[in-house]
Amino acid sequence: MVEPAVDLTHHDHHHDHHAHHGPEGLLKYIWSTDHKIIAMQYLFTGMAMAVIGGFMAYVFRMQLAFPGLSVPGYGVVSPGEYNSLVTNHGTIMIFWVAMPVLIAAFGNFLIPLMIGADDMVFPRINRLSFQVFFVSAVLILASLFVEGGGFAGAWTAYPPLSANEAYNLTPLGSSLWLIAVALEFVAFLLGGINFITTLMNSRAPGMRAFDVPVVVWMIVIASILFMLSVGPLIAGAVMLLFDQTLGTGFFDPGRGGDPILWQHLFWFFGHPEVYVVLLPAMGVVAEIITTFARKKLFAYRTVIFTVVATGVLSFFVWAHHQFIAGIDPRMANLFTITTLLISVPIAELCFVYIATLYGGSITLNTPMLWALAFIAEFLIGGVTGIFLGAAGADVFFHDTYFVLAHFHYTFFPIAIIGTFAALTYWFPKMFGKMLDDRLGKIHFWGTILPFNFIFIPLFVLGMGGQHRRIYNYNHFPELSVDWMQNTRIFATVSLLIMLAFQVVFFVNVIKSWRSGEKAPKNPWKANSLEWTTESPPPHGNWPPSELPNVYRGPYEYSHPDREEDYWPQNLPA
Amino acid sequence: MIDFILSQGSSYAAGLDRLVLLILLIVGFWFLLAQSIFFGFIMKFRAKPGQKAQYITGKEKHQKRWVTYPHLAVLVFDVAIVIASFNVWYTIKMDLPPADAEIRVIGQQWAWTFQHPGADGTLDTPDDIFTIDELHVENGKTYHYKLESRDVLHDFSVPVWRLKQDAVPGRSITGWFQPTESGTFDVQCAEICGFGHGLMAARVIVEDAGQHADWVAANTPEAS
Repeated sequence: MVEPAVDLTHHDHHHDHHAHHGPEGLLKYIWSTDHKIIAMQYLFTGMAMAVIGGFMAYVFRMQLAFPGLSVPGYGVVSPGEYNSLVTNHGTIMIFWVAMPVLIAAFGNFLIPLMIGADDMVFPRINRLSFQVFFVSAVLILASLFVEGGGFAGAWTAYPPLSANEAYNLTPLGSSLWLIAVALEFVAFLLGGINFITTLMNSRAPGMRAFDVPVVVWMIVIASILFMLSVGPLIAGAVMLLFDQTLGTGFFDPGRGGDPILWQHLFWFFGHPEVYVVLLPAMGVVAEIITTFARKKLFAYRTVIFTVVATGVLSFFVWAHHQFIAGIDPRMANLFTITTLLISVPIAELCFVYIATLYGGSITLNTPMLWALAFIAEFLIGGVTGIFLGAAGADVFFHDTYFVLAHFHYTFFPIAIIGTFAALTYWFPKMFGKMLDDRLGKIHFWGTILPFNFIFIPLFVLGMGGQHRRIYNYNHFPELSVDWMQNTRIFATVSLLIMLAFQVVFFVNVIKSWRSGEKAPKNPWKANSLEWTTESPPPHGNWPPSELPNVYRGPYEYSHPDREEDYWPQNLPA
Repeated sequence: MIDFILSQGSSYAAGLDRLVLLILLIVGFWFLLAQSIFFGFIMKFRAKPGQKAQYITGKEKHQKRWVTYPHLAVLVFDVAIVIASFNVWYTIKMDLPPADAEIRVIGQQWAWTFQHPGADGTLDTPDDIFTIDELHVENGKTYHYKLESRDVLHDFSVPVWRLKQDAVPGRSITGWFQPTESGTFDVQCAEICGFGHGLMAARVIVEDAGQHADWVAANTPEAS
């Protein structure tokens, strides 16, 4: 049966489109091939996983602040459980929160709408991608409840610890963890193929490569980076799974294997992965700051080329995670150079964003606050990375809380600030209702201030030589002094405050959904194509006869030849 | 900067701390500059009724240089950091000054075994002293360590010495240190190694020559 919303007879778009057959009712949302529904599936799954990952952070931060305490809502945390909590917090936040929300949810929602297509080119591969992802999410959650508990060897899963159940004591948990991660990779490979092909083939008539909004470019470049880097890790995961279950010895030095081989395979993927999640967030920020500064993006082409350069360079920095792992010390010098070099394009991107604000007409509403906060906070993550990229200093900082605070200053802006920026900006388009700006600002400040109060103290603790993944610092005389314990308590209390403020966000969403002001087509007076259709867009995105044509780039704000301060891409000159 | 919290207990600790300070000054300068321009723009260019934003493409050279020059400057500072980092890295990890004595450090789940050379200063002789979770060294002497693991990855980290090195099963990794401050300090395992990782604490006891000789004499095993 054909859904009545779409008149297929006029459905003449750039590609042969699979007719949208499908079940009705609730099943429509589960079995849909509509890119917007799949985006919602990814978004809600990712946000549910974020709640779980956040709960884990709450449990282990409570244990660190008050060692041995029975944590309300959890209980006493054993050392093994502590290790499992930090392992799965990291794994879930990166693979089941940052990636599904930033790349899959917003990639799915935005790419067809922003390039003026009625859907992805491979809608059924798209649906399969989510289904595989959903299975992987179920598996990673199931792995927490099997006999022996969830995997507890850190999200990096270094063998021999991860390879041998006699060492990790989690025979089922570690295999399930590995299978879940591998399946997640499969899901994103499927999704990535779809994104790349869609951008190449389905752009609206008139839309040239440099008329594509930066966020679309960034998501597609991220997908390419992911596809190029994940192969070695999937191979490594299969080898590790064989080591775990079949008794092979790829990473077992006792049988001719090499544990450090895994580290190379993991980080060859692991470092580009940072940019895989960073780029979509940077793209989101570019869209928002141009809209609310009413400014053209400064040096659009430079941005795209810089991002490509960052992507290429990101393949040559991985061993900075392994300076003290026992690699050839000469190699560390080489990777210090490449690592510091990558600061150049990233600094360039930050400069471009700051330059974009120059001469603007800035409105500080909720999405703009999130976008600006991304820049301010990510800068801290960026500059602290220099301490770690310089091998000489990394001898001290490696695996301390300084590292932990550093990458939370990159990942938190990416996965949390970037997501809230995107959600508050596109919420009217996704759900057809305006969010409450006042509640949005309360949520913003209630998140941003505690975030800094969580992680700045952790930089200090890292300076004091506190290492990661230790469930109780009372066993170390130098680390159990009063001021350090008080600092830990301060960070934990800040986390509790930040988590409490998330309630404001959910209240805002539910309130706006039920009784919010109805969103017009283009509430922000933005230029890109998604704002030319209804909020929310119908199935097929535009009525088939009204699919947009494109006449200019997406950032023609405040053009001197025009009365209005924006110039939608689809308006004929 | 680290020395506000941790004393500089080895010959190379001060050099590493100077590198950290250099990086702090450089990135601190850039960070403050970028943030103040950033917040300055946000303050200055707030929306005012009836006033349109400027139309700046960023394509022309005279505009682009505002981004190009700073990023070239970043490159220059990167070179400075790289050179400073090389020096510290070379001293700690690549150079191996002649040793006064050797020790062996063995990690296993979840304890450290230290093999001291005894009075003769060389390992694997009958007067070797084995201890668990307690390393005795003499202040001012240069030691070569041989770092090994019996099971999974561990990491021998002595924060006051600014020393950190992974222990890899199947390998013996050689490095060095020279303690310069007497006292008792923490040894942490810095690489997750399973259930008891958080319990893998040890102590290093740096003694003056006399004390150390006494300890060696008292603990040397009887010749059998």
